[in-house]
Amino acid sequence: MPVQDMEKIFQDTVDREVKIEPLNWMPDAYRKTLVRQISQHAHSEIVGMLPEGAWITRAPSLKRKAILLAKVQDEAGHGLYLYSAAETLGTSREQMIDDLHTGKAKYSSIFNYPTVTWADIGAIGWLVDGAAILNQVMLCRTSYGPYARAMVRICKEESFHQRQGFDILLTLSNGTEEQRAMCQDAINRWWWPSLMMFGPRDTESTNSDQSMKWKIKRKTNDELRQQFVDMCVEQVKVLGMTLPDPDLKWNEESGHYDFGEIDWNEFWAVVKGNGPCNKERLEARRQAWEEGTWVREAAAAHAAKQQSKKQASAA
Amino acid sequence: MNTFPRRFFYGDIPGDNTGGDSTPTSTAAATDWPLWEIFIRSKQGLDHKHVGSLHAADARMAIENARDVYTRRLEGVSIWVVESRYIHASSPDEADSLYEPAADKIYRHPTFYQLPDEVNHM
Ligand SMILES: [Fe+2]
Ligand SMILES: [Fe+2]
Repeated sequence: MPVQDMEKIFQDTVDREVKIEPLNWMPDAYRKTLVRQISQHAHSEIVGMLPEGAWITRAPSLKRKAILLAKVQDEAGHGLYLYSAAETLGTSREQMIDDLHTGKAKYSSIFNYPTVTWADIGAIGWLVDGAAILNQVMLCRTSYGPYARAMVRICKEESFHQRQGFDILLTLSNGTEEQRAMCQDAINRWWWPSLMMFGPRDTESTNSDQSMKWKIKRKTNDELRQQFVDMCVEQVKVLGMTLPDPDLKWNEESGHYDFGEIDWNEFWAVVKGNGPCNKERLEARRQAWEEGTWVREAAAAHAAKQQSKKQASAA
Repeated sequence: MNTFPRRFFYGDIPGDNTGGDSTPTSTAAATDWPLWEIFIRSKQGLDHKHVGSLHAADARMAIENARDVYTRRLEGVSIWVVESRYIHASSPDEADSLYEPAADKIYRHPTFYQLPDEVNHM
């Protein structure tokens, strides 16, 4: 069958809202887009453990420590679900890890910002996981079956992340003057980078149209960003805090909040590797991989030994 | 990520290394631990259901990792693991010949039979 016919069948399937599964024919560009997007998403879950992991030993109570540990462990699981989904497209785990470590693959820029106080853990849960959830809820309906299934699993676990973050900030907001200041400071620092998580404006975003047509995405960057702003403006009131944007204003006509311009220079600088923690994050990942080499080798050797023992006793 | 190898290691995908007992040969497989498919029984009395996959050096590690990844919130009471390359899959190219014949046999469904009201709960 000519490729054009295959493409037509593929697009018809997508249009009828039937999921594409690993065995189905798909355009090379669809496969490539998915591998890039899913592996990038997986890397973000894994690198995302680093800023929060830094506070596990310094959590203010045993309860908070247990919660943060559980949250970070969830993120490791999310990374695994996503790597597995990407592997169904014919790329190997090792290739993806390698692409991360050589800097060829990207991960979400948000994790290149430092966590300087305990309040940052609250702000990450509320804003960063909150922003991620909007994207992930949309992706539960993505056209590629394994990706959609991974997202459903992830979304089930995410809402605890956002709620525990808000809970941290709520506690701080009811605390001493110093704790309240810490809370506001964390919100001030995480607000703009969180808005950047949705990516470039629709007018600047190159792959967006095709991804919408293939139903990989169902909402544009700007739509999701607007949804996030509308949500947070209401939630921040419960904390008795403010969002650091003088241009935030209810727009009667659009039915949404208008907001100020993102510093796109900062956005591109961090994407290109010049954020506050880019080098540190990648270095930590590489180091963990290298220091784990002996564990991987020992486990493989043990498995081989057990296998040959079994064969010997069967013979 | 410029190349997409024709060899697949996921049980859902036909490839040289799936649906058989051949030893993996590609370079990726040489260093990546084998891939395992994970099946979880959510409670006694229900079937094990496929939930995802993971890499592990052997079956024992696969079960231990599956426990950590897929049952953190009481999702299961029993775990099956099977190495992905042992899964045989039907091909989507055969879908028509395999499943089409069932389409016109509506008399296999109870709703095909219109019975008098008195016995229609049958
Ligand atoms: Fe996550
Ligand atoms: Fe999360």
